[in-house]
Amino acid sequence: MKSITRYLKSLLLLELLQGMGLTMRYMFKPKYTVRYPMEHIPKSNRFRGLHALRRYANGEERCIACKLCEAVCPALAITIDSAPRESDGQRRTTRYDIDLFKCIFCGFCEESCPVDSIVETSIHEYHFEQRGENVVSKAQLLAIGDRFEQQIAADRAQDAAYR
Amino acid sequence: MVDQLIHQLLIPLAYILAIVLPLIIAVAMFVFWERKVIGWMHVRLGPNKIGPFGLLQAFADTVKLLIKEVILPTNANRFLYYLAPLLMMIPALAAWAVVPFSSKMVLSNANAGVLYLLAMTSLGVYGIILAGWASNSRYALLGAMRSAAQVISYELAMGLCLVCVLVLAGSLNLTDIVNAQAGHKGFFDWFWLPLLPVFVIYFISGVAETNRAPFDVAEGESEIVAGFHVEYSGSAFAIFFLAEYANMILVSFLASILFMGGWLSPLQGWVHFDAPDWINWIWTGGFIWLFIKAFLFSFFFLWFRASFPRYRYDQIMRLGWKVLIPIGIVWVMVAGCMKYFGLVTIGMGA
Repeated sequence: MKSITRYLKSLLLLELLQGMGLTMRYMFKPKYTVRYPMEHIPKSNRFRGLHALRRYANGEERCIACKLCEAVCPALAITIDSAPRESDGQRRTTRYDIDLFKCIFCGFCEESCPVDSIVETSIHEYHFEQRGENVVSKAQLLAIGDRFEQQIAADRAQDAAYR
Repeated sequence: MVDQLIHQLLIPLAYILAIVLPLIIAVAMFVFWERKVIGWMHVRLGPNKIGPFGLLQAFADTVKLLIKEVILPTNANRFLYYLAPLLMMIPALAAWAVVPFSSKMVLSNANAGVLYLLAMTSLGVYGIILAGWASNSRYALLGAMRSAAQVISYELAMGLCLVCVLVLAGSLNLTDIVNAQAGHKGFFDWFWLPLLPVFVIYFISGVAETNRAPFDVAEGESEIVAGFHVEYSGSAFAIFFLAEYANMILVSFLASILFMGGWLSPLQGWVHFDAPDWINWIWTGGFIWLFIKAFLFSFFFLWFRASFPRYRYDQIMRLGWKVLIPIGIVWVMVAGCMKYFGLVTIGMGA
């Protein structure tokens, strides 16, 4: 009996029609597609994107060349040289390079930083046009930090309670 | 002499162009429509960047294909390799000669139109086999053999369906077949009702004939890449593509002509007002009805593709030989009895 009903079911294409009904219903559903350059999905304040070096409000750079980030970096993407600053003899970096091809965006550098200097911003749309541009220098990192300081600070403030 | 030339050469040539050019554009739009529909069924948007709503996507793809190089594989048979796509495309286009678009719009009102159609659709197999063999590639050969075996076995089922239609209509002429479906009972006069199982079989075998999902083992991306045309690139590939989609549209048109009353209106005999001609077609019938029906059938091709997983090869053969053909044979007899005992009304007679 069971085999007969099954035979009839397959002969009448019932299951196939069921499947077609399903796809037809899906055809009229609202689409999931995000029209990317025009639309963006909301981004977490913890998003780890392009790096930046921050400054204090008085314009002094935060980085004190402790090299914790260089030490913790699992991909060895950070290279730091340091020397006493000529004007006041403070310990500062003379070179702070991040190779973005090596970087795995784990965020350890930001976590390890005692002065919240190196951060990962929520910028994820950037590109390189020449070989070598993937290594971003201290000046570039500071410039990124200057430009996006407001957003960086806002993201950090939102997340402060959980850190 | 000049008169003769115009009548025998130029006018038919103009008709041919008037069919083939819209057909090629229809193929392009159909490819676009396929991507759109399948996208919607996947809850995506489909192409929407080139032209308004992405309408020009297919044309952009065509241009891209045409400017690509046609690569000839090493040790491929040059002559057959270039002949195969033509062998696919010429029958696919030639079959349109006998398709009646309305009671008067037909290029060739051939008496044996159905036979001609069968011959043309079968010729496509040679293109497939030659393409697979001449490519000098295992994948292409495998795909060609699969698809040839499949096309041949489903042609039997399809032939049986056509026999049923012929038995009822009593003619091999496609215009006569449509006229035999005229009547006063609206769309219940059409052949889909007495031939319902056959109608389903016809469409299934039509899908299998054109090697479309879920019967697209010939393409089998996961196993044999793209089947018989895996080695083809550029315009040669475009021709295969054109032939495949032209065949799909042809099967849709034939399904509407043989079973769904062609250009006849589904309201025939139910409604009649005296209105200007541009409204009258709604109840008296016209080529727009045929296009609407064919459009719906071609939508089914896309719907199937979005809904069903690919059949395994032995399942395809089982379905064709053990299910569709027996039902077809039974229904040939049923159709004969229906006709003999006068259970169906043919044409306006009743």
